[in-house]
Amino acid sequence: MTLTSTTETLAPAPVNVEAIARARRERVLSRVMPAATMIAAIGLWEWVVRAYDIPHYLIPSPSRIASTLMTDGPSLMGSAWFTVKLTLMALALAIVGGVGLGAVFALSRPLEMSLFPFAVILQVTPVVAIAPLILIYVDSTFAALLICAWIVAFFPILSGTVVGLRSADHNLRDLFTLYRATPWQRLRFLLAPSALPFFMAALKVAGGLALIGAVVAEFVAGTAGRNTGLASRIIESSYRNEIPRMFAALVLVSLLGIAIFVLTSWASRRVLGHWHESEIRRET
Amino acid sequence: MGDIRVARPLIRMDRVRKQFGAGTLAIADMSVTIDEGAFVSFLGPSGCGKSTALRMIAGLLPVTAGTIAIEPARERTEQDLGFVFQEPTLMPWATVADNVFLPLRLAGVPRAEAEPRVRAALAEVGLSRFAAAWPRELSGGMKMRVSIARALVTRPRILLMDEPFAALDEMTRMKLNNDVLRLWAEHGLTVVFVTHSVFESVYLSDRVLVMAARPGRVAADLRVDAPWPRDDGFRGTQAYVDQCRMVSGALKSTLDDAHIDH
Repeated sequence: MTLTSTTETLAPAPVNVEAIARARRERVLSRVMPAATMIAAIGLWEWVVRAYDIPHYLIPSPSRIASTLMTDGPSLMGSAWFTVKLTLMALALAIVGGVGLGAVFALSRPLEMSLFPFAVILQVTPVVAIAPLILIYVDSTFAALLICAWIVAFFPILSGTVVGLRSADHNLRDLFTLYRATPWQRLRFLLAPSALPFFMAALKVAGGLALIGAVVAEFVAGTAGRNTGLASRIIESSYRNEIPRMFAALVLVSLLGIAIFVLTSWASRRVLGHWHESEIRRET
Repeated sequence: MGDIRVARPLIRMDRVRKQFGAGTLAIADMSVTIDEGAFVSFLGPSGCGKSTALRMIAGLLPVTAGTIAIEPARERTEQDLGFVFQEPTLMPWATVADNVFLPLRLAGVPRAEAEPRVRAALAEVGLSRFAAAWPRELSGGMKMRVSIARALVTRPRILLMDEPFAALDEMTRMKLNNDVLRLWAEHGLTVVFVTHSVFESVYLSDRVLVMAARPGRVAADLRVDAPWPRDDGFRGTQAYVDQCRMVSGALKSTLDDAHIDH
């Protein structure tokens, strides 16, 4: 009974030309709308700057920012690469540390109870406040910056992993007990997949935070070091009153953040798209 | 079917008692022997410990006192038992075939060797075409079928079912009842079936254990006197109506007792 009725719904429905056209229109709109708004906003900005003759050392026009990006491109790219490296390394270490410690916490309540306060303290203390100390204690500026960015990105991964590993369905746990699964089988086939949605959500947050941590830490470090991340370029340009270059560096930071967001979202869809509610596209 | 088999005890519960940590007495002194090849239902109101008893038989809960033995008293293997939960309890991240493969995978059976067995189990519940489907694409009844296929893929001797069809609509439930009876007969299974439905227990079982609550205990041990095999026509017979009335009466008297207790 169920079988036949569900088979019917699973079988290809008669082609609904109108519905397909509507879906395509919606898909096109979902790309065109944000792009058009963005272009309009930039156009308005350009027009306002030109129309009111606003000096470029106050607000540079988009075209001037673009040309600055061109002329200063090579040196800005170097700085961008520095920030990218910092962010990705911090994120990678946050994943390793967060997942590792999260697994330990999930396995042992006593360890979690004793260590969790430290993780919380690390999380709630603003990184700007700790950064100067870290810069004093750690010789290498890069290492100090890395630690700052890591602190910010670490916590979401940790808490996501802990909650995720504990979220496995209790009946499925019983099933694994019934079939005498080894601890490794339990982790591999039950706990890890159950934790994945939580981990992916944490990764999206941590990706953005790693970038923020990297930029903030560099602000605190100032231009004193030989570090040449995007943040120090912004500070340096502000000292020299080179506002267009500030904007250009800012654009690069934004683009970086967007790229990280797009990548982590894509990864989440890749991993969860088959089965998890958060990534399944519902037919309407 | 039940009467042509020689009755041999398979599951023995001897003065089993279950007390939960908080002090709740879930089961007080339950002694039941279930014969090989039997279809036994635990019928009772919620809180009577019927699911607790089933989980103890499965080894998912420890007993507080007493013993549960599965005969012959040889080393129990994980292949001996199949368990079907109230919910389908499928892994949403795995395909239907991989869900059914799970018990074999956990037992270390290589995929290539398991494949024909998985396919056979799916064929038995009528889901051959859905091996590659994801659980979310299936209806509630189909998910339950996958769950049954998973329980049967290890070829267990005993199938334990914990209110498996309680959440399904009436038509689906009747269809699945017939499927379970067919599988029971074909595989020579021993089924212990937990339900709160008088009609379901009478239709399926050759023996109904009516349980009472607070504390959980067996209040009546009834034999369902009706011929095998049964099909939907059975529901229209006088025998069915009589048996339902009898079981229903036994259940009602346990509920009345419970009210006096209060």
